[in-house]
Amino acid sequence: MKKLIYKKILVLGSGALKIGEAGEFDYSGSQAIKALKEEKIKVILVNPNIATFQTSKNLADEVYFLPINEYFVEKVIAKERPDGIVLSFGGQTALNCGLALSEKGILKKYKVEVLGSPVSAIELTEDRELFASHLKKIGIPVPLSGSATNLKDSKIIAKEIGFPLMIRAAFALGGQKSGVVANMNELEEIVKGALLISPQVLIEKYLHHFKEIEYEVVRDRYGNIVTVCNMENFDPLGIHTGDSIVIAPSQTLNNDEYHGLRQASMKIVESLKIVGECNVQFALNPNPEEGKLEYFVIEVNARLSRSSALASKATGYPLAYVAAKLALGKSLLEIENKITKVTQSFFEPALDYVVVKMSRWDLDKFKGVEESIGSAMKSIGEVMAVGRSFEEALQKAVRMQSGIYESVTDDIFKNEKEIKKFLSIPTPKRIFAIAKNIEKGIDISLIYKMTGVDLWFLHRIENIVNLEKKFSKNKILNKEKMLELKQTGFSDKKIGKLCGKTEFEIRKLRKGMDIKPSVFAIDTLAGEVPAKTNYLYLTYHGAHNDVSPIGKKAVVVLGSGPYHIGSSVEFDWSCVNASLALKKYNKKSIIINCNPETVSTDYDMSDRLYFEDLSFETVSDIFEFESAYGLIISVGGQRPNNLAKKLSREGFNILGTTADNIDRAEDRNAFSALLDKLNILQPKWQSFTSMKEAIKFTKNEGFPVLVRPSYVLSGSAMRVCYNKTQLFNFINKAAILSPLHPVTISKFIENAKELEFDAIAQDGELMVYGISEHIENAGVHSGDATIVYPTQRVYASTEFQLREISKKIALELSITGPVNIQFLVKNNIPYVIEVNLRASRTFPFLSKAMDVNFPEMVVASFFKSAIPHSFIYPKSVLVKSSQFSFARLNGADPILRVEMSSTGEVACFGKDYNEALLKSILSANKFDFSRKNVLLSLGGGLNKAKFLEEAHILISLGYNIFATDTTAEFFDSHNINCTSMRKASEQSPNVLDIIEGEKVAFVVNLSKVETIDSSKKEENKIKRTITDGFRVRRKTVDNQIPLFTDLNLARAFIKSLANYNIYDLEIKSYKKYLN
Amino acid sequence: MSIKLILKDGTEYLGKNFGAEKSVSGEVVFATGMVGYPEAITDPSFRGQILVLTFPLIGNYGVPEKSLWESEKIQISGLIVCNYIDTPSHYSSLQTLGQWLKKEGVPLLQIKDTRGLTQKLRSDGVLLGKIIAGRNLVKFEDPNRRNLVAEVSTKEILYFGNGKDTVVLIDCGVKRNIVRRLVDKRFKVVVVPWNTDVSKLEFLFSAVIISNGPGDPLKAKITINNVKKILLKKIPIFGICLGNQILTLALGGTTYKLKFGHRSQNQPVVLSGTNKCYLTTQNHGFAVKRIPHGFKEWFYNANDNTNEGIIHNDLPFMSVQFHPESSPGPIDTDWIFDFFFKKIGLKSSNRVYPSSRVKFTTRQVK
Repeated sequence: MKKLIYKKILVLGSGALKIGEAGEFDYSGSQAIKALKEEKIKVILVNPNIATFQTSKNLADEVYFLPINEYFVEKVIAKERPDGIVLSFGGQTALNCGLALSEKGILKKYKVEVLGSPVSAIELTEDRELFASHLKKIGIPVPLSGSATNLKDSKIIAKEIGFPLMIRAAFALGGQKSGVVANMNELEEIVKGALLISPQVLIEKYLHHFKEIEYEVVRDRYGNIVTVCNMENFDPLGIHTGDSIVIAPSQTLNNDEYHGLRQASMKIVESLKIVGECNVQFALNPNPEEGKLEYFVIEVNARLSRSSALASKATGYPLAYVAAKLALGKSLLEIENKITKVTQSFFEPALDYVVVKMSRWDLDKFKGVEESIGSAMKSIGEVMAVGRSFEEALQKAVRMQSGIYESVTDDIFKNEKEIKKFLSIPTPKRIFAIAKNIEKGIDISLIYKMTGVDLWFLHRIENIVNLEKKFSKNKILNKEKMLELKQTGFSDKKIGKLCGKTEFEIRKLRKGMDIKPSVFAIDTLAGEVPAKTNYLYLTYHGAHNDVSPIGKKAVVVLGSGPYHIGSSVEFDWSCVNASLALKKYNKKSIIINCNPETVSTDYDMSDRLYFEDLSFETVSDIFEFESAYGLIISVGGQRPNNLAKKLSREGFNILGTTADNIDRAEDRNAFSALLDKLNILQPKWQSFTSMKEAIKFTKNEGFPVLVRPSYVLSGSAMRVCYNKTQLFNFINKAAILSPLHPVTISKFIENAKELEFDAIAQDGELMVYGISEHIENAGVHSGDATIVYPTQRVYASTEFQLREISKKIALELSITGPVNIQFLVKNNIPYVIEVNLRASRTFPFLSKAMDVNFPEMVVASFFKSAIPHSFIYPKSVLVKSSQFSFARLNGADPILRVEMSSTGEVACFGKDYNEALLKSILSANKFDFSRKNVLLSLGGGLNKAKFLEEAHILISLGYNIFATDTTAEFFDSHNINCTSMRKASEQSPNVLDIIEGEKVAFVVNLSKVETIDSSKKEENKIKRTITDGFRVRRKTVDNQIPLFTDLNLARAFIKSLANYNIYDLEIKSYKKYLN
Repeated sequence: MSIKLILKDGTEYLGKNFGAEKSVSGEVVFATGMVGYPEAITDPSFRGQILVLTFPLIGNYGVPEKSLWESEKIQISGLIVCNYIDTPSHYSSLQTLGQWLKKEGVPLLQIKDTRGLTQKLRSDGVLLGKIIAGRNLVKFEDPNRRNLVAEVSTKEILYFGNGKDTVVLIDCGVKRNIVRRLVDKRFKVVVVPWNTDVSKLEFLFSAVIISNGPGDPLKAKITINNVKKILLKKIPIFGICLGNQILTLALGGTTYKLKFGHRSQNQPVVLSGTNKCYLTTQNHGFAVKRIPHGFKEWFYNANDNTNEGIIHNDLPFMSVQFHPESSPGPIDTDWIFDFFFKKIGLKSSNRVYPSSRVKFTTRQVK
């Protein structure tokens, strides 16, 4: 076979994190880059996701923070002239872009070879119809199916196959716009939706209560194949594997099933001549006739996927790394097993533990979203738990996933009705409903009938429930019972709750009984060969430890847990960088994290990795076992930060700012007093336990106010209220107001600017800082806001004030380590709204903009080695844009609010603000320069007036303006040409038709602020506020058209369009933007 | 109901018994396969051994009907698991694993730290051990001193399948899936006792297969001598596992005992001289050391480079150390059978998997 030699390889990333494409591609891309660099190959990366590890300055040779689409990638190819490209490490985004480049002949033109699996194979797997016929040809069964490009044909096919049917959109991410339908009406709805995002729908037989089983397969160019892992979904077919609880390895398959499916997956992979990784998903009949293996292939992904990241972390087999080496033409025998260092990569891991993956949804963060889960993925992140019994792993996963719940037996239901409801409808709450129903004495065979969850799993949950019942009754906690409870996965806290003790009391009791978890290694070989692995987990099903404590050289770094709204890859980036920095201070790093989609849980990011929960109990067990020197809690986001007080009480050495001072910043009252003492302004606020006092406050301070209840019943945790009715409604309907649950109300300063001050201090003195500016006004959550560095519209005197205030705070709290201060500025007066004594979301953004590694500096400050950084004004501008996943969440209102709803972010450099902003928006949205229509719907007089200039710009740029209602009237009266459209609620053709016809390049939909969260509608008990505005916004995101709901951002975007066309945007690598 | 596992070096593991209340002794070995416990514990190669399964949850899918086992009974002396699952869920399950072991008089210990035990066995090598239930004491006993092959082999000649060509299968402890695979490939299979002098059989046959089996190959002296006769007659011969060792010894090669053997379903073997690699099931404590004259290495183990098969330079004599019939385990090497038959000019039919069911109760005496 011809030897393959490459000099320069282009790697495509996956862009911003979104539902269906999350942090797993940072992991896979990073491993790929490392694998390629080892071979002395130059690596070029295109990925606008600034918060990723893979875009670090020292990983790839050149990084381009640019949109991942044919236009920009072609420009990068033309500039860099790579001889190879890899498409399988950046999810569907990279794959789609690569296929387009190939189809358009761009790769051929520049002589770029696609490494790994052949493009023809990828294309085959992406076209469902062609692929189905391919599988049939090689004797692999596929469910009866057909494909259609219109509704009429869909109906004909449906009649032929018969209901129930599964409808899917071709070429779509993570099962987007697909669903199970039982009749023609439901079919019509789903098919219409699917055809909006895809030219083709696939209609197939729905296999009721079939098991869903996945195999991760690896093949080299010599035809050697291994299946690295198989996984079984807890939920039956019909729940997307991204949303289902997943168990590795399969638990209910016997030898013939396990190996029958394994053989089928290998046959498929061989037929496609895959080189690298491939994921095969099967539906397996749990009750086949005559005991014959009956299965169907559901899906094949010829690339690294979320499942492969999970398989990689579940088994310790570095799939992405191996796949990259295979793409270079190596054989599996040539690649060393990085974990064991004693075997090579041609082997299948044998597990002596079980792994449970559970997803994290955050659906309650989205107003109006449908709660049920199905064949379209809705979760944002996931956790992976390792244990030696299913019970142990499952209960760990429940704790990891929420950070709130302790056990599957937690009572999260309001009433009996809910307990029933959540058993019958699949939702994130179903696992709890199963436990609750078992507890209520519902027969598990009935639960099986309703849910399709295999009896094996139900028996395990029954075991948990029964043990809890028995223990709750007699409350006898002897050594034997304690061990049994721990082996069944109960936390100290839960045990305490069941017998009326605190978790600290149980902990003491447990340690007194000498019941401590064993530290076991994940070695890929079930102990068969002594492996040099530092990949660890805790279990109570053991009597020894695989490793000895590191002792005083060890520093424990706490990770961020599952990705969720508000905590994403940016914290993993900080965690990894802090871990790597410890080496400099002669310390060994121990990372604790439970998120399989991260780089921090990779085998070479720390000296030891505990794939474990970030709870007080687990962190303490690990810290005590290791007899570690110290603990870093300030780089993994809010979750580890919350542990400060408890961990410090145990006497653990928390590096940096003391727990007391962290508490002073976190406790609203203490912090307020501190600001007063330092003469620092803050928006007026007060906590209330009665409505009467609250009203009094609003009378004195006036509306609008920002309301933050301490206990929320449903929906959002905070809201801006513009009048008394809204305040009443929000508190009465959505929250609890009582002496036990006070509500905090603060003055909401309108039209204020929001600025972020990020710094690292050492002994109360600032060592480095950066100020970044929100483009939107205050009122949009900082996680959703568009952010620019350096500031563009801020007075020097304001910045001076910010610095002085921050210095005072740093000194007062004796800060050592990171600090993030959020400011409101109005009329050049800064108000402090929040201080976080931890690395903020902005860390990677600022680090990359300023070319200062903030987490490294944090670690330096812990060892009193930080050197003050002298500020140099940057020669470029960096703009961060948020990525929203509204399109994936049916029913959610895509509007920016005080609560965060974005799932990811991108950031791009530019020579000025306009260029950076435009690139950044293009990276997070599909923007078509050739479309010359825009839809403007500007609520409220102020919005209209402020938009006049931009309307003129649009006209001068050749755009036709479509507008509705009062906006059209306003433009008419100002002699701005526009086409008036009927409103969404009026008869067709109306405004929705021009969106659906994809005629508009973008939509600006500004609500009159007072009507956001309209309370009147809620009073009328209309669950979803189907206002015209909502329908326009929804239709816009459903059609993948850029949507602007903020005045400032919309204006800034239009101004940048006036200054730059796509051809004017510079193709410049990251290094070239630095000073 | 105190029950414990005691190793020869004195280490004790307290456990909970879910099988028979019986004290037993044997050689303690571990296997790392994640599926296939019914197949494993009925595999005659495990005769005399106390088997530790490293996968922590055992019993998940119960016990299927007898015709799906690898022999007519449980062959191991005792089973050691981390967690026993008494609530199986599978359409094919007729009883729980615990019920089965109780019925067949085999203890089933749940000891939690099977990983610790495995690590001990891998670093100290396999150890003798005994399971002590209650006050029934037993002595340590090395099963390898017994003629295990004689114990597990059929006592009479058995006939399976009705293909055109006949294959003689010397039963040194044959796994039923070897028979199933051969029947599936449209052969008539005649299973003969381990000590049968095949050269004296009075019917026509096309090839001889030496089966897998338990223990030290040197104990099967009679088989070795009989194989020499077959070789002299130049009858095509194919060995599996113990058969690989017996063929080697019959040809003047040597074997030796491995420190802790290969007992898993993820053993990588490389076809010598190529970069083609296959995943195999293995279950052996002995291995081929010196390859006999006129033969070459056919396969080697990618992990520890031990021999995985030998093949004659010209003649149709060959054997493999792994299990091409799998069950349990991957079926990557089913083609080995076809390769052998092709070499001797016989047509074997296409693969089917899982194997079709063969009635092992049918017995036709010629």
